[in-house]
Amino acid sequence: MRTWLYLLLVAVLLAAVIPMTGCGGNEANEPYKVGAIFATTGFNAPLGEPEQQTVNMMVEQINANGGINGHPIEVIAYNNESVAANCATLADKLINDDKVVAIIGPTGTGDSNAIVDTCDNAEIPLISCAAGISIITPTATNDKHWIFSTPQTTVMVVQRLYDYLNTQNISTVGIITDTAGFGADGKANLSAQASTYGITITSAQTYNTDDPGMETQLGIIRDSGAEAVICWGTNPGPAIVARNMVTLGMTIPLFCSHGIAFQSFIDLAGSAANGVIFPAGKLPIADNLTDADPQKTLLLKYRDDFNAKYGNGKANTFGGHAYDALSIVVKALENAVQESPKTINSNDDTLKAVRAKIRDYIEGNINSIGFPATGGFPGTGGVFNMSADNHNGLSKDCLVMVQIVNKKWTRLQ
Amino acid sequence: MTTDLFVQSLTSGLTQGCIYALIGLGFTIIFSVTGIINFAQGDFVMLGGMLSFFLAKSAGLSLLPALLLSILIATLIGAVLYLLAIRTARRASVVSLIIITIGAAIFIRGIAGRIWGANPVAPPFFTGDSPLSILGASIQPQALWIIGTTLVATIVLHLFFSYTMMGKALKACAMNRTAATFVGINPRMMALIAFAMAAALGALGGVIIAPLSTTSYNVGAMLGLKGFVAASVGGFRSQIVTVIGGIMLGLVESLAVALNWGPFTSAYKEAIALVVLLLILLIRSRKLSEEERAG
Repeated sequence: MRTWLYLLLVAVLLAAVIPMTGCGGNEANEPYKVGAIFATTGFNAPLGEPEQQTVNMMVEQINANGGINGHPIEVIAYNNESVAANCATLADKLINDDKVVAIIGPTGTGDSNAIVDTCDNAEIPLISCAAGISIITPTATNDKHWIFSTPQTTVMVVQRLYDYLNTQNISTVGIITDTAGFGADGKANLSAQASTYGITITSAQTYNTDDPGMETQLGIIRDSGAEAVICWGTNPGPAIVARNMVTLGMTIPLFCSHGIAFQSFIDLAGSAANGVIFPAGKLPIADNLTDADPQKTLLLKYRDDFNAKYGNGKANTFGGHAYDALSIVVKALENAVQESPKTINSNDDTLKAVRAKIRDYIEGNINSIGFPATGGFPGTGGVFNMSADNHNGLSKDCLVMVQIVNKKWTRLQ
Repeated sequence: MTTDLFVQSLTSGLTQGCIYALIGLGFTIIFSVTGIINFAQGDFVMLGGMLSFFLAKSAGLSLLPALLLSILIATLIGAVLYLLAIRTARRASVVSLIIITIGAAIFIRGIAGRIWGANPVAPPFFTGDSPLSILGASIQPQALWIIGTTLVATIVLHLFFSYTMMGKALKACAMNRTAATFVGINPRMMALIAFAMAAALGALGGVIIAPLSTTSYNVGAMLGLKGFVAASVGGFRSQIVTVIGGIMLGLVESLAVALNWGPFTSAYKEAIALVVLLLILLIRSRKLSEEERAG
């Protein structure tokens, strides 16, 4: 009998303590919770790491400046280890356990595609940091109502590159692409758009991200009579291609994708990097922009803040995609959400309503708060003009052609 | 295929094959002495390359000391791996020990990623980067370093196992552990030496390939796999066949790309290498079973 009394006492005490831990904090200090999934380890880590660092830096800055309408922001970030299969569980956790208001990331196209259905079904906004056009393209089973993305899509980058080849009267190219998601996406788009631009692909070669040398593939491209080489991949592949081309004594120009917009590409390729041309967002050449450019101020601030915190030359366009994704969510929270974090965190119906408000704001209103002269919401990747039909909102005009001269990025006109 | 291209793909295949051979040798040494397949073998290659880059860059060491110190550190890590993880679990089954090496590989990779970050790095070439022209093909001097080092390492290893007391003791341990203990050989000591040697060989491969292929904290898995293929060609026992297997794998990969006809294109490179591996294993296993029947 006494045992039962003790148990009852313990139960009553527990019942009294548990809700208290739930509301232990000061109401004003309770944060808005945003979810993030980045590949901070694995083959996508050179992209995922700066994304995570960007978000850490932004959270510090936002909270130091008084937060969002007086409330701090908290980003709950998980690492999917560059494995797409890990993303679904992490997204579930963010949606149901952490009860975040929106998700930014994942880093890779495959990673993002792995959770577009989860997010659409759960009715939570997903702002992807990956470039694949498939992420935001509606399918028979998913209208992508809740899915957005911030990087320039592969379609635009290929258009920009082919535009440039046309101006240079280059009509035959050999392509060499990474077999992984990013390179495969590039290969598909390079092939699909070639005829529109009157370009003939004389040889299409591939390599694996970890391959130690590509001399043989390049030898085939050289013998195929191509006027230029296009390489689509991220580090270290394109750097090895550049070096191997020098070894082989190939003098035709090398064009790459925006996947090499890293300082580390130049470090890896060394003097072989000189002369390489690629389309990219404006971050690498931010100094060369005119003052009228709506992105200039924010690009310089982002670059300098990032370099000051993480080391000189570390800022890159990939971290920029996370900057844009989180900025969009923050703007939506500031302007469209009146509910306090406390009510959101304690009531599932409010959470659902807030998620819908954020989505609607991104699609309908984010464009209106931008640079007065041009309209649109300026980010590091370009000026976003989101609409119901366009959940990326960028155009090929946000890309510039960059050439590496004396191991420095310079803008081509 | 032009002659230029043929020679080009032969030299690059030979260069890559040498690295596979060095990694394969590491697998073979550990397996023959302990019966364990060490899945952290590829990560010693990574350690060699990354250490040589950061010792030269951060500690400001010149080339040779940086290379030697990298191999030494990796060798010590190999010995520590054996002492801390394998020896303490010596009563576990071989399968458990193999799983421990997988855990060790993930651990080493994780630590390396934490310390050195995710970006790939390229240590400087040993002797400049002006390419040499050989029979119409251009190759980097570094490729000659790789081929030469592999040749020397293979010969030294062969002499070590044939003519030194310690080498013979290791060999005895590989042939029959129980009998070896009867003649006063300490199998645990031999296992420690095997792990250290395998780590040193892996790191040696790492320091010579990294300038050519670049390296990063996660290259170990792929390189380990290729070395595993080379070692399985040699049945995890024969060092010479392992070296031949590694070089053949490199050549097949490279020539399959160079052919550029039908399925023999760069898109199917890995598949072709694996088909060749399967064929070799089929032929080998038939030969082995015939030998067993005859014996």
